[in-house]
Amino acid sequence: MAAKRNSMPRPDYDLRLYVAGQTPRSVQALANLTKICEEYLAGRYRIQIIDLLEKPQLAKGDQILAIPTLVRTLPEPIRKIIGDLSNKERVLVGLDVRSGV
Amino acid sequence: MKLKANLNLQRDRSLPKCPTGITGFDEITLGGLPRGRPSLICGGAGCGKTLFGMEFLARGAKDFDEPGVCISFEETPEDLAQNAISLGFDLKALDRSKKLIVDYIHIDKSEIAETGEYDLEGLFIRIGSAIDSIGAKRVVLDTPEALFGGLNDEGVLRSELRRLFRWLKDKGVTAVITGERGEGTLTRHGIEEYVSDCVVLLDHRLQNGIVTRRLRVLKYRGSVHGTNEYPFLIGEHGISVLPVTSLGLTHKISDERISTGVSGLDEMLEGQGYYRGSSILVTGTAGTGKSSLAATLVNAACARGEACLYFSFEESPDQIFRNMRSIGIDLARWVKKGLLSIHSTRPTTHGLELHLVEMHTLLEKHRPKIVVIDPLSSLMNGSAGNTSDVTNMVLRVIDRLKQLGATGFFTALTSGGEATEATDLNISSLVDTWLLLRDVEADGERNRILYVLKSRGMAHSNQLREFIMTRNGVELREAYLGPAGVLTGSARVAQEARERDDEFRTLRENESRRVTLSRKLRAAEAQMAALEAEKEAAVRELESAAVEVEERRKSALAHRQEMARSRKVHLQPKLARVKASEAGA
Repeated sequence: MAAKRNSMPRPDYDLRLYVAGQTPRSVQALANLTKICEEYLAGRYRIQIIDLLEKPQLAKGDQILAIPTLVRTLPEPIRKIIGDLSNKERVLVGLDVRSGV
Repeated sequence: MKLKANLNLQRDRSLPKCPTGITGFDEITLGGLPRGRPSLICGGAGCGKTLFGMEFLARGAKDFDEPGVCISFEETPEDLAQNAISLGFDLKALDRSKKLIVDYIHIDKSEIAETGEYDLEGLFIRIGSAIDSIGAKRVVLDTPEALFGGLNDEGVLRSELRRLFRWLKDKGVTAVITGERGEGTLTRHGIEEYVSDCVVLLDHRLQNGIVTRRLRVLKYRGSVHGTNEYPFLIGEHGISVLPVTSLGLTHKISDERISTGVSGLDEMLEGQGYYRGSSILVTGTAGTGKSSLAATLVNAACARGEACLYFSFEESPDQIFRNMRSIGIDLARWVKKGLLSIHSTRPTTHGLELHLVEMHTLLEKHRPKIVVIDPLSSLMNGSAGNTSDVTNMVLRVIDRLKQLGATGFFTALTSGGEATEATDLNISSLVDTWLLLRDVEADGERNRILYVLKSRGMAHSNQLREFIMTRNGVELREAYLGPAGVLTGSARVAQEARERDDEFRTLRENESRRVTLSRKLRAAEAQMAALEAEKEAAVRELESAAVEVEERRKSALAHRQEMARSRKVHLQPKLARVKASEAGA
């Protein structure tokens, strides 16, 4: 899974999605996230996918426990959303996107 | 039933254990925590759960070459390291040498939103990667229940925790999971359901204003374990649990004898003193010299170069020094030399258990040959315990001393009215030698008397002796039996004087008899000399008389020859005859 929309030097929304292997839940989460981003943040976001099975040491930095976890590193402050992101409303609230639209 | 018991025993033998290295804990669990399984350590706030976990890891890394991972959900690695240092564990050094990893897992609910399904695979991955990176054999999770505060979905959390514990078991690591005690349950969220192999309960409670920490092994599947509540202490060297009655009465005993420091008392004990490693009890009313007897023993032992430990519950070290100087015993110099260590505490400063733990710790530290507890009875009056508690404690102390082969010397105060052959503590049957000091009031004096009430394994004297404290130490004097009982004090002195007088008189009589007799002898000798002289004189007289006769005969002969010459008569033949007769004579 390559990072998407990373052509922009500094996106408004810098997102990291932590997964552990290609589980259905991870795939679901990424699909949900991409859909929401395209809908509300087109062109202003970047998604990094971090597979902890490959890079377990990265779990420490963002205090990752739950899988999947979405971390919004930009804009600050850091926000985390855990779960498969199936509830669009809550994702938007979690990312603090609504107010920005 | 019997079959089941057998089965248990067999399993116990085969159940591998992981020694924690925590003093005393491995004894009560017969080897430690179940190896390769998770154990739950639970208790209220501040009961020492985290410390238990940290010590388990630190000792594992240091003493058993088992690297460990600590997953802390509550404290940062810095805080943990700080706390551990105060207990003698350098977590940072262990971390540098790849023996220990501390991972702090923190969840801030305010920055987390939940939407949809999730699991805790991230946590598994973190723990797994920490374990794999140093080949950890031990894992501590402190306190995973904190997750309940950070995540909303309790159902997921529960199933994930259950999965986590099983996963740890599959990994083959020995895990310690701590849990805060909840209302009516062992842990706040009931995670004890998922950790079923071994559950240890820590507790600290207030009793008569004194806090005692206690530990109990609630459950240990497949193993025999001590089921009592064991007091424990968090001290400079971590946790020490007291295996209260690990006593098997199998301690080795010694035939060696040690001097009591009082020659008179040695005499009473077959002339050799106490057995090494025995327990000696001295009872007596106030001021009968119990402490002095203790100090004398210590002084003698230190002079032999043996380490001594003195627990004083009434006097400060300085006071002991001063008081003992008054009977010519200088204990301060032994302290300076490092042979003697005096610990003065008020019995009320802490509970019995803590006293006991403190004693154990000090015993471990000093490894003394002689241990004095002065007085035992004040523990009873001062601390929170009741009689049976104190008796129990004394039993534990005696056990420990016997295990160490140290000689125990205990004093106990008996109040005047009571029977002297009984102690408040009912410990008389526990001790090997029991000395009794008593006041005797007579002739307007109060004097001290000592006797040996019992002394196991030796033919001790049955005599009462007077116990005297002089500037040069303690002395025992022969006590005299007078018409009114035992003579002590001035009555004894008077008796001694009388005996001296008698002796002197006999001596004088003997002397005069000797003089008379020798005079008589000399007189007889003189007489004999006189008679001898008389005899000699007689002999001499006899001899001179014979000479005279001869001379007379010769002169008569000469006269006759003269006559014959004048008469011209030749007397030759006659002369010849005379000559012949002379030759014949």
